[in-house]
Amino acid sequence: MRIQCPYCGERDLSEFAYHGDASFKRPDSDAPDAQARFFAEVYLRDNPAGPHEELWYHATGCRSWLRVRRNTRTHEILGVEFAKGDFAKHDVARPGTGS
Amino acid sequence: MRYSILSLMRQAISGHRGWTPVWREAAPKGAYDVVIIGGGGHGLATAHYLAKVHGITNVAVVEKGWVGSGNAGRNTTIIRSNYLLPGNNPFYEWSMKLWEGLEQDLNYNAMVSQRGVLNLYHSDAQGDAYVRRGNAMRMHGVDAELLDAAAVRRMLPFLDFANARFPIQGGLLQRRGGTARHDAVVWGYARAASERGVDIIQNCEVTDFIRENGRIAGVQTTRGAIRTPKIGMAVAGNTSRVARMAGLKLPIESHVLQAFVSEAIKPFIPGVVTFGAGHFYLSQSDKGGLVFGGDLDGYNSYAQRGNLPTVEDVCEGGMSLIPALGRVRMLRSWGGVMDMSMDGSPIIDRTPIEGLYLNAGWCYGGFKATPASGWCFAHLLARDELHHVARAYRLDRFAGGHLLDEKGVGAQPNLH
Repeated sequence: MRIQCPYCGERDLSEFAYHGDASFKRPDSDAPDAQARFFAEVYLRDNPAGPHEELWYHATGCRSWLRVRRNTRTHEILGVEFAKGDFAKHDVARPGTGS
Repeated sequence: MRYSILSLMRQAISGHRGWTPVWREAAPKGAYDVVIIGGGGHGLATAHYLAKVHGITNVAVVEKGWVGSGNAGRNTTIIRSNYLLPGNNPFYEWSMKLWEGLEQDLNYNAMVSQRGVLNLYHSDAQGDAYVRRGNAMRMHGVDAELLDAAAVRRMLPFLDFANARFPIQGGLLQRRGGTARHDAVVWGYARAASERGVDIIQNCEVTDFIRENGRIAGVQTTRGAIRTPKIGMAVAGNTSRVARMAGLKLPIESHVLQAFVSEAIKPFIPGVVTFGAGHFYLSQSDKGGLVFGGDLDGYNSYAQRGNLPTVEDVCEGGMSLIPALGRVRMLRSWGGVMDMSMDGSPIIDRTPIEGLYLNAGWCYGGFKATPASGWCFAHLLARDELHHVARAYRLDRFAGGHLLDEKGVGAQPNLH
């Protein structure tokens, strides 16, 4: 598997670290159903067989967080973009957690 | 046909022309008391214990391919019960006890071989952790022995004891652990269940659930509709896909785990050994091949094959532990789709849909659990209550905070 980094170009899988499903949206902790929503976000997964939106970290390259669309049946990379916007929106960036 | 030395002799003098198929090919009937989805080890074991222990024989096992074509045929065949947590230990020990009587129970040679499982430790802290684990095991009545480096050296003199970075300080040995023949386990359960009247229906993929009045009424399959009030799902690897047909979203991700076998060599290693400083484990099959594996690739996958960085990582772990491995050629590698749960432990429970029961989340420890998984799932299906050794495997433990996290890494399935 090789991933087309928007900054570095096509690079080998060994340069990247996986952080998983990119759909995580941090729930509002003041919402009345916050507990149920946190449970769903932290533990439940769509886990599709087919296209999957996921976060990868280019650990030994440009250190960018990437949003990758990949087919989990074939490992084909369907699209890659910087994930910058995701972090502002979803608050998932905790460097060091993606191994 | 009952297998025995007499039946073997009779067949030998008649030219082995009288052997009959190991189990009966069945076509789906219109209705059953219980339908089990998934003809792997867990599904077939469930059917066997439903028939044998609970007397429920009007049962169908539906399998989309052929029996044992999923993870039952893609594992490294290790059996052990060296767990730390009180929620896990009694379950895996029950599984070990069932392994010990399996061949007599099934009248089938599953090649269960209690050749020992040795987990090595490489630091004082890891040694302390293994002392704790060994004590927890012994308090649950499981055998565990702590070996020092000299004792490990007597058992396995070819390990790299002088490794500058990860010297071997000792190991935790479970002598009752070992290996079994994965295909024979599947075939043995299929044969035993079939003889008690269970229909094993191959090439029959479930395409939808039939629901009436909010509860399960059957399944639609590629071989027609089958009505039943109770469905047990044992489809680890594809749990999320099948559950989605019932509208369920589960705490599971599917990940690829690779395993490897070398060319056959003369007897080299007597039992199973694991490297404590990386993730690498090794045993030798009866054919002589060294069977080994390591970590997950780490990304979601249904592809049943992995990538080269993990192959390299596993082989580096092997070379760190056993430098002589460098002289052996790798023959084959393969990948299986693991049902990775969010705490690294399995789920055997009811679902929110009445009549639908779940057996899932086996991560990469499903093979050793096969007998107890079937036993406890059959108990749940027959009596509608959790078996006492599997009480911790509830589906609602994630919402309630009662996680069963042996490794302590949290909701990161690729790290378990």
